[in-house]
Amino acid sequence: MTISEERRIVTKRLHDRPDDSWTIDGALATGAYDVLRETLAEGDAADVQEQVKASGLRGRGGANFSTGQKWSFLPADLFPRYLVVNADEGEPSTFKDRMLVERDPHQLIEGIVISAFAIQCNQAFIYLRGEFALGYDRLTQALDDARAKGFLGTDILGSGFDLEIVVHRGAGAYICGEETALLESLEGERGMPRLKPPFPALAGLYAKPTVVNNVETLSTVPHIVSMGGAAYAEIGVNKSTGTRVVAISGHVKKPGNYEIEFGCTFRDVIYGFGGGIRDGHALKFFLPGGASFQWLVDTDEHLDAIYDIDFVQQNLGTTLGSGAVMVFDDSTDPLLVAWRLAKFYAHESCGKCTPCREGTGWIEKVLYRMSHGLGSPSDLDLLIDVGAGISPNVATAPFTQTTLCPLGPSVVSPIASLDKYFRDEIAARVASNGLGASAGATA
Amino acid sequence: MTTTEPKPDLVKDTVSVTVDGKTFEAKKGELLIKAAQENGVYIPRFCWHERMKPVGMCRMCLVEVDGVRGFPPACTTPVADGMVCNTQSETVKKIQDGVLEFLLVNHPLDCPVCDRGGECPLQDQTLAFGPGESRFVEEKRHFEKPIELSDLVLLDRERCIQCGRCTRFADEIAGDALIDFVDRGDHMQVLNFAEQPFDSYFSGNTVQICPVGALTARQYRFKARPWDLDTVETSCNACAVQCRGAMQSSSNRLVRLLGVDSEPVNHGWLCDKGRYGIEWIHSENRVIEPHRRVDRELREVSWPEALDAAAGLIRGALDAHGPDSIALLGGARGTNEDAYAFARLMKSVIGTDNVDAQIGDGLPAELVLGVPRAEIADCDRAAAIVLLGPDLEEELPVLHLRVRRAAVELGVPLVDLAAVAHGLSDYATVVSRTLPGEELGTDAMEKIKNARGNRPGPVIVVLGRPSMAESPAVAMRAAKALREVPDVRFLSALRRGNVHGALDAGLAPGFLPGRVTLDAGRDWFTEAWGEGLPATKGLDAHGILEAAAAGKIEVLIILGSDPAADFPDADLATRAIAGVKSMIAIGGFLTGTSRGAEVVLPPTLAGERSGTITNLEGRVQGVNQKVAAEGGAMTDWRIALELALRLGADIDIATVDELTDELARVAPAFEGVTSALMARARDGVVLPLRDHRDEIVLRTRALSILAEDGSGASWDPIKVEGEPEDADAPGLEPDAV
Amino acid sequence: MTFFTDANRTRAKEIVARYPRSKSAILPLAHLAQDQHAWLSPEAMSEIAELTGATTAEVQGTCSFYTMFKRRPCGKLVVSVCTNVTCLVTGGPEILEHLDARYTLDEDVTVEEVECLAACGGAPSMQVNYEFHEQLTPDLAESLVEDYKSGKRTARTISGSPSPRTAGPGSP
Ligand SMILES: Cc1cc2nc3c(=O)[nH]c(=O)nc-3n(C[C@H](O)[C@H](O)[C@H](O)COP(=O)(O)O)c2cc1C
Ligand code: SF4
Ligand code: FES
Repeated sequence: MTISEERRIVTKRLHDRPDDSWTIDGALATGAYDVLRETLAEGDAADVQEQVKASGLRGRGGANFSTGQKWSFLPADLFPRYLVVNADEGEPSTFKDRMLVERDPHQLIEGIVISAFAIQCNQAFIYLRGEFALGYDRLTQALDDARAKGFLGTDILGSGFDLEIVVHRGAGAYICGEETALLESLEGERGMPRLKPPFPALAGLYAKPTVVNNVETLSTVPHIVSMGGAAYAEIGVNKSTGTRVVAISGHVKKPGNYEIEFGCTFRDVIYGFGGGIRDGHALKFFLPGGASFQWLVDTDEHLDAIYDIDFVQQNLGTTLGSGAVMVFDDSTDPLLVAWRLAKFYAHESCGKCTPCREGTGWIEKVLYRMSHGLGSPSDLDLLIDVGAGISPNVATAPFTQTTLCPLGPSVVSPIASLDKYFRDEIAARVASNGLGASAGATA
Repeated sequence: MTTTEPKPDLVKDTVSVTVDGKTFEAKKGELLIKAAQENGVYIPRFCWHERMKPVGMCRMCLVEVDGVRGFPPACTTPVADGMVCNTQSETVKKIQDGVLEFLLVNHPLDCPVCDRGGECPLQDQTLAFGPGESRFVEEKRHFEKPIELSDLVLLDRERCIQCGRCTRFADEIAGDALIDFVDRGDHMQVLNFAEQPFDSYFSGNTVQICPVGALTARQYRFKARPWDLDTVETSCNACAVQCRGAMQSSSNRLVRLLGVDSEPVNHGWLCDKGRYGIEWIHSENRVIEPHRRVDRELREVSWPEALDAAAGLIRGALDAHGPDSIALLGGARGTNEDAYAFARLMKSVIGTDNVDAQIGDGLPAELVLGVPRAEIADCDRAAAIVLLGPDLEEELPVLHLRVRRAAVELGVPLVDLAAVAHGLSDYATVVSRTLPGEELGTDAMEKIKNARGNRPGPVIVVLGRPSMAESPAVAMRAAKALREVPDVRFLSALRRGNVHGALDAGLAPGFLPGRVTLDAGRDWFTEAWGEGLPATKGLDAHGILEAAAAGKIEVLIILGSDPAADFPDADLATRAIAGVKSMIAIGGFLTGTSRGAEVVLPPTLAGERSGTITNLEGRVQGVNQKVAAEGGAMTDWRIALELALRLGADIDIATVDELTDELARVAPAFEGVTSALMARARDGVVLPLRDHRDEIVLRTRALSILAEDGSGASWDPIKVEGEPEDADAPGLEPDAV
Repeated sequence: MTFFTDANRTRAKEIVARYPRSKSAILPLAHLAQDQHAWLSPEAMSEIAELTGATTAEVQGTCSFYTMFKRRPCGKLVVSVCTNVTCLVTGGPEILEHLDARYTLDEDVTVEEVECLAACGGAPSMQVNYEFHEQLTPDLAESLVEDYKSGKRTARTISGSPSPRTAGPGSP
């Protein structure tokens, strides 16, 4: 029997008050800002940092980096410093941050104020994906209400702590989710990733010390502080502590966001929470962590693998990434999916690095031919070789790259997956399209 | 800078690096790509440019470094002690193949019709590091080609490889962010804004540093193919910065001037004026044969006839009215040797001191020769830079870049005391406008003191006249006030190409070659040149023109100048030209002034002559002939010697090198600056040579003008001679005297 | 020349004041410009340059990086149809094709193909002036667009601001 019971922490309010969870009244009625009040009353920033470290919380933006550790990288006495909230959610099939912003903005704001207090910062920016119009309305409304109630602004709740939060709308660029591109965009530049080092913790926004955290990460902070880091660390499995809001989509009966405790299996995710594959069809393959990493298929090895960041990385050569699980059944043409993903990366490449700028476009064009009956037998090997020019050893996670940021290499994941699981299917397809070697790549 | 022998006595400022098995010492913090190159390992690159910040975009320079995961770009990786780096491994080669193949994906490969064909980094590196053939058979990206970024610069977007060199130059170096990338991914392209062209005084540099044929200059486009270009290194003579350049010709026409990287002078940059000005020597309007007035008409005549006529005029004046009835204006556009030859002709052969290379639009020679000088590179390490002159962006463009860099990149405070806002005002730390004619207040001194704070290094004053309307006396008094600032050095912001060389060579009243006054140098030069030096100090441009207007000048020699157009007091100039008995014009073009000449002698111009020139920091650099002279044009110095010969002085000089050596022998400040030295000194030499200073100070014993340390003059001449003359100088405030 | 209305110019100055460096205001001001004018004209970019101290080329460079900024006039309604993988396998392309065909000649409606809208739970989905609509069929999609055209539904601006604009701080 599969697990299908959610462990609701960051999604509790929005389920408990479906009709007004985003309003100040709905939020206050369900304990919003209580933790903030206590925290500021105690006034022990170091302790908040301690709790977050102890909780083992790892960033929910996709890189899974320890939040407590990231905060500790801030140089001791360099001010001003900034907290930047990454709400640019653009990873295909990821839709958890949008829900958290639209339906529980006060939880996010409380998380931001507590975290800012913990790292001694007085100015925060929320970089919100431009297309999230409703989220923007609700967030700005929530900020106004919070400010009116004294949860924000100067001398918050009489504690002497000041914080201003500015919401900054993006304008349609997936790459701005990458933290340094986000900072460039926030500075009014083209959203092109920066060289690292220097890392944002040392020289980020306006070259000042900066922490960039994901919406879900910060929404979790109030709960960690209230239950205590140790208690939070009890939840989950191994070094994957706590819960994760998993966005399940595709050919499942019950697509949607589910707050899942780490430690279940992919079988639970797809057949338990997701309700299984739609009738009359069978699972063919699934993307376990957003669009950027390698695919998994309908085998016990993959389905029974534990939903644990490190287990998946070490044993399956892929990652849980943004926490999205995309499910495809036997009606799906993997070539078409691979082509559409390549098209996405080609469209979103910022254009800075040669291999990504030119390679994503090239790969998209070849995959288009292949998925539209114009492939040639040598195309797959061509793709693998071209892909190696962007990510010399994509098969291992974390992969290496010839590019500045990981967007470029992401386009290679579908190729490696096609090669791993669908070589024969593709060979058959290409043979049947009758063009043989005449079309394209070997010419 | 790298060095292989360890320095035990110093604190070790180098680290030991191994690249491809070769171990060497490299400067701490130096970028791997540069350190490797200086030690014989060339790592391919496109986006990296030595004079701009690294961006790591093109990914061509990726290498392997032991202990580092992945492939760091050599252009963004500083060397570290014990670093072991591999630029040739199988993996690295594969990556290089990959990057080149990617670059060709959307590249049109129209090399046969491309200006860059034959000198194209993309072409070269594809041959050296590339896969040979591309496997890309899909449709390439297409753009309308080429488009105009400005009147001068055209862009072929299909050829662009998005290295960002041009956009970074415009923003980072020139401060004119008038081009930027637009769109993204493989649609990314360089563009100016709708109605606003890429009008920068420095736009030509982007064409030069473009690693492909994407940016082309209207001037050079399709003019020639690199393989029929023929090149010499020279210095630009368009302004007194004298940037190093490579001058190229094709079938005896100058077609291109490229910047050459000289650390002390121009960092490889040129301004568009200098870069694109070279072609004027081929203009149809140029006078290339001697002319002489025959019944009111200027008629083409032979050289002997023209020279005899000119000499005849001079001889006549000498006999009838004596040497003081003869004067010379100009000489700032020739070489040092040209100026010296004319100085000797005028002051020794003819015996007049009525000689001025400046046309009343500069600063008194006493000031220019008298102040302690800064070198351009001192800007980089200055405690503060004081701007007191004209708009450098207009007048001395590449000095503007150097000062801007000092302010923006190196944090040197700028104190802007200029009368009006100018190209550098935006970067100034302190601004205090001194109205025309107004004295430098003590508050200005305070501002300089505060700006300097306790930063080490000299305070550099860029000294000039904000406009011709302002009397030089103001600058002179400002200089006198400013010399109180500890460790102050001056850069005189005079515009004309070789004006400093002309003054050094003696083309100024009261001076002899080598920065010595007439009186102080008399004995020495009588020894060297023979009897006949003028007894007293002569007239400057202003005095000469007044004398001419009063009918006191019999023969006025116009040496590559045009007082009618350039002298601030146009009315006086006109009256002077009308009042002078006869004019001998040496110049390549007929001007408002020379149209009235009796004799017109066509000289060779930049590109047609060799020798040395001297820039505003006193740096002597070589200039080289690239093309044969147009028509019968003759070098200035030979014209001077021919006239001398006809006036009875046979000066035995056959080549320009002999002149350079005579200058080195007889002119104190030029001590040691021989043709042999100039052939060796790639960056030129700054006068006076440090290792000759003792001899100079000794040899010129009591020469008032040369300061103890040989760097400049004592200040006395300014007090003595400076002000009375300015009393009626144009635009002078009454309180100035 | 001024492009912004007096009211918006005042707003613009407030927005600039929010940031430690005025160049940061380029994106918000570009949104404001589209709220006012329905596309991002050269006049708008010139004024944004003036307000933020950037050059016009830089403003154009920044704005051209982002798909929400329309540097050519477009319809009053921007219909963004997702065809990324989840929508791809649940009918997104069919919706795009249908709306494309239906509205090619209608200059009030600009239909565009977009990347994942973060609405995969309800795929296939689209936005009309950034208002979400999920679980669509071609016909349902068309009737929604018609509702906006007829005014049965009030559309946001083409930059997604509520229409008529609420002037709460924090916006645009
Ligand atoms: C191409 C790319 C896109 C990204 N998109 C997002 C995003 O939409 N939201 C997000 O929170 N992090 C995103 N990230 C990860 C961020 O770079 C960064 O790691 C994260 O925001 C840090 O916050 P966290 O530590 O709380 O996860 C992206 C990274 C890359 C390389
Ligand atoms: S990898 Fe692609 S998206 Fe990332 S910086 Fe390079 S070009 Fe831009
Ligand atoms: S030269 Fe190093 S990345 Fe371009």
